[in-house]
Amino acid sequence: MPQPTTQLSQADTTLRALPPKSFGTPEARHLLWRAGFGGTEKQAQLLVSWGIENSVDTLLDVGSDAKSAPFEPAPPEAFDRNIIRPPTEEEARLAAQARRARDEDTLAMLREKRQEAEREDRRQMGEIQKWWLKRMIETTRPLEEKMTLFWHGHFATSFRVIEDSYHMFRQNELFRSHAVGNFGELLTAIVRDPAMLAYLDNDENRKGSPNENLAREIMELFGLGLGSYTEDDIKEGARALTGYTYQDDEFVFRQRNHDPNEKVILGEAGNWNGEDFARIILSKPACARFIARKLYHTFVADLPSDEQGGLRDVEPWRRKLVNELGDMLKLRNYALRPVLRRLFLSEHFYSPDVMRAQIKSPVQLVVGAARSLGVPVRDLSILNDALDLMGQRLFLPPSVKGWPGGRAWINTSTLYVRQNTLVYMLTGVRARGAPNDRARDVANGGFDALGLLTAGLPEDQRTNPDAVARQALLITLGFVPDAGVDVLKQLLTHVGKVDNTASLACLLAATSMPEYQLC
Amino acid sequence: MSNASNAYSRRDLLKNGLLMASAAMTVPMFVQASALAMQNQAGDLSSVPGVPDERILVVLQLSGGNDGLNTVIPFGSPEYYKARPAIAIPEKDVLVLDKRTGIGLHPALAALKGMYDEGMVGIYQGAGYPNPNRSHFKSMDIWHTADTSATGEGWLGKYLDSECCGFGKGESGTPEGAKAAKPVTDALGGNPASIAIGRTAPLALHGRVSQPTSFESADLFRWVAEDADPALAKAYEQLNQRGAQAKGAGAGETNASFLLRTAMDAQVSSDLIRKAVAVTPLATYPQGGVAGEIARQLQMVAAMIRAGLKTRVYYVSLGSFDTHAGQGGAQGRHAQLLKAFGDSVKAFYDDLTKQGNNTRVLTMVFSEFGRRVGQNASGGTDHGTAAPMFVVGPQARQGLVGDHPSMKDLDDGDLRYTLDFRSVYAGVLDQWMKADSKQVLEGRYRAAEVVR
Repeated sequence: MPQPTTQLSQADTTLRALPPKSFGTPEARHLLWRAGFGGTEKQAQLLVSWGIENSVDTLLDVGSDAKSAPFEPAPPEAFDRNIIRPPTEEEARLAAQARRARDEDTLAMLREKRQEAEREDRRQMGEIQKWWLKRMIETTRPLEEKMTLFWHGHFATSFRVIEDSYHMFRQNELFRSHAVGNFGELLTAIVRDPAMLAYLDNDENRKGSPNENLAREIMELFGLGLGSYTEDDIKEGARALTGYTYQDDEFVFRQRNHDPNEKVILGEAGNWNGEDFARIILSKPACARFIARKLYHTFVADLPSDEQGGLRDVEPWRRKLVNELGDMLKLRNYALRPVLRRLFLSEHFYSPDVMRAQIKSPVQLVVGAARSLGVPVRDLSILNDALDLMGQRLFLPPSVKGWPGGRAWINTSTLYVRQNTLVYMLTGVRARGAPNDRARDVANGGFDALGLLTAGLPEDQRTNPDAVARQALLITLGFVPDAGVDVLKQLLTHVGKVDNTASLACLLAATSMPEYQLC
Repeated sequence: MSNASNAYSRRDLLKNGLLMASAAMTVPMFVQASALAMQNQAGDLSSVPGVPDERILVVLQLSGGNDGLNTVIPFGSPEYYKARPAIAIPEKDVLVLDKRTGIGLHPALAALKGMYDEGMVGIYQGAGYPNPNRSHFKSMDIWHTADTSATGEGWLGKYLDSECCGFGKGESGTPEGAKAAKPVTDALGGNPASIAIGRTAPLALHGRVSQPTSFESADLFRWVAEDADPALAKAYEQLNQRGAQAKGAGAGETNASFLLRTAMDAQVSSDLIRKAVAVTPLATYPQGGVAGEIARQLQMVAAMIRAGLKTRVYYVSLGSFDTHAGQGGAQGRHAQLLKAFGDSVKAFYDDLTKQGNNTRVLTMVFSEFGRRVGQNASGGTDHGTAAPMFVVGPQARQGLVGDHPSMKDLDDGDLRYTLDFRSVYAGVLDQWMKADSKQVLEGRYRAAEVVR
């Protein structure tokens, strides 16, 4: 169990804890967005009543079912594991025979069979995408899904390359099982993960003909960052990983393909295997600092891109803070929970520069809108499609580097898609519909916008345009900018009364504001 | 709204054009005048050092794997007719390009043949790459990244990055000083550096810094809720035009300020683009059917060029080339696709010629792979290897370039490529975009002569 904060805090630390009385609704809202995907005003108020420590511990408590309602993992049989299979011996023999005989009919039949399986697998991938999206929207343990997404971006693996949806699903479950567990265990597990082994060609990494892809990315992108190892370390690491492959859905170690001779990795000599390779990397302070940097970048604030994965262009005080987190991660043997706890309790996490300053990822935008506004989920396929248009296809990160995030999410095209996705969620109107249908449908979305806006207001304020406009901004943006109040009041005046149509118009306008892209 | 007095509204911008906007404000800028007027009027505002303002590249992607052998046809080879008894194009129907070597075009490409005869078409035979990949996705990524590992940024994205940030020596083309880097969009005064017509922007246009603008139709490149009520449209405009108050790009800009600017850019680009594409074209484009879709895209590109957008690269695509079954011969499915391509490109250049912009525009055409030499049992062809590329425009080098892949010396039933596609990219980059292809492509490829 995590230690109480008081024991971790030191007088001179940059990560000193936020005074408990400073934890108000804005801070609670911030915690809900960053440690999860946002929440309702009611949830924020509930956290305030619990106090900061209890709130943070509840969010972190994803392992036990004591406090959170159970949300069962998908059973392994939830998806079909048998869609993609290597050709059976019989099929291989048939194919070879047909090729020799130039038997076009048989070859065409085999090809068609394979293509049919691939089509079916792409369909299943779509189902898995929707399953995860739904899970993120409905979970009672948002941090678990947020960290699962974090690991998916960190150990980025793409269905596009491996073309096996079931392996992607299994990898997703692996990330979830280590969500706020232990990074060391996850790194060790990932060198045995079929999806990763396929993605980075380790199934072709054999004694005598090494493939360095996995070893390189473990050092460069997963564990250390450029500059903390040499090309020789990669070569030696690749030898340690020889013979690590998979058959069907399971990891297998092929002794005859493994290079058993001595390797020197990061200065340590021995007959290392894949687990040793991970262990040696984990023993380096640079590894813990590398992961801390990424956690900070994801949960706290954008850090300037640095090819070294380091902190060269970061202010000295911030560098000290991130490194302190890293050293704590190392000290705790890579247990993630105490580090995240320390972060979520820190004064820094709630400082003005940090709050409402992060650009929402597409997932954050969609899942956050559903969770914080209570809009109907409508059609998951359309939301899934919108994620694609916004640049975040689940299970299909653009490269092994994952999604760059931050401002890279935003350009003039994606901004319109983001705004139009909110239009869809609030009203059910799709961007593609004929323009004439849209006006009629906007008011018919089956969403109680009026209830959302007025629930938190005193009875006598529920028809007051000023109060309603402010509430709309608070609920969507988390603050009330003057420019927004004026415009929303105009809208309410235009409609003439505060009804569902007027409330919906307010929410549409508020979510179209550039500020809505921030959390 | 409270700051209305000192905020430039979108309408003001539209009315007054770029001359009112000072560079320091970083508000989006654009010109409505013709290209020639733009050059004179905009003066030093228009140019990025080292960027040739005038030249535009259009990439036309034939998605699905175009059957190169039934596009540029080796009618002089008996092997061609032997391998394709049902789908070969009879010699009498072939539009002859070179009688001596026996090479000609599919009859559906009559419009393109006309342009060829006018000296506007270069045909690059046998384009491919080592160890060809037969997956649509993988091979397309290889063409988009110009890298046979199919990883890294898009080749045109890297080009646009190099225009704004320069290249370091990093393994994957690290722009040095990324802090100071501003997307080319900024330097182009709010005009998108690249525009793709389609659902999502192709990988080819994604750089580390440069991001393309993409839209399926101009009608979707806007906030759709504005249809519901003019009051909502007005509210949207007020809330999203506050970018003029933003501090401006540069180190230390907050995310909030960045978003305000982008929202403003989006509104201006949307107005600009929707206004541009609303004009009646100067040429007759094919309507409906297979051709309608690609014609519509090229018509939009021509309209944006006509409106004076300073966009450097446009990307359009035509799909359904994955002709595994019933692809037809001189007529049929594949013929329709080729006709759609040829007729639309012809209309596009007719339009550009009437605008006076034809010499500024070079069009490069490619597909992710060709198809196998032999027809299959379903009257179609399966995924193959090398295929021709086209470079079109009054400035293009005319003629058949390189040798047609041998019809005798096959690689397990596939053509052996005779030209690395990156040679054509290198030619486009070096000779047309005036860039350094060695840096952009991160390797040396003998640049094909693509410009006359």
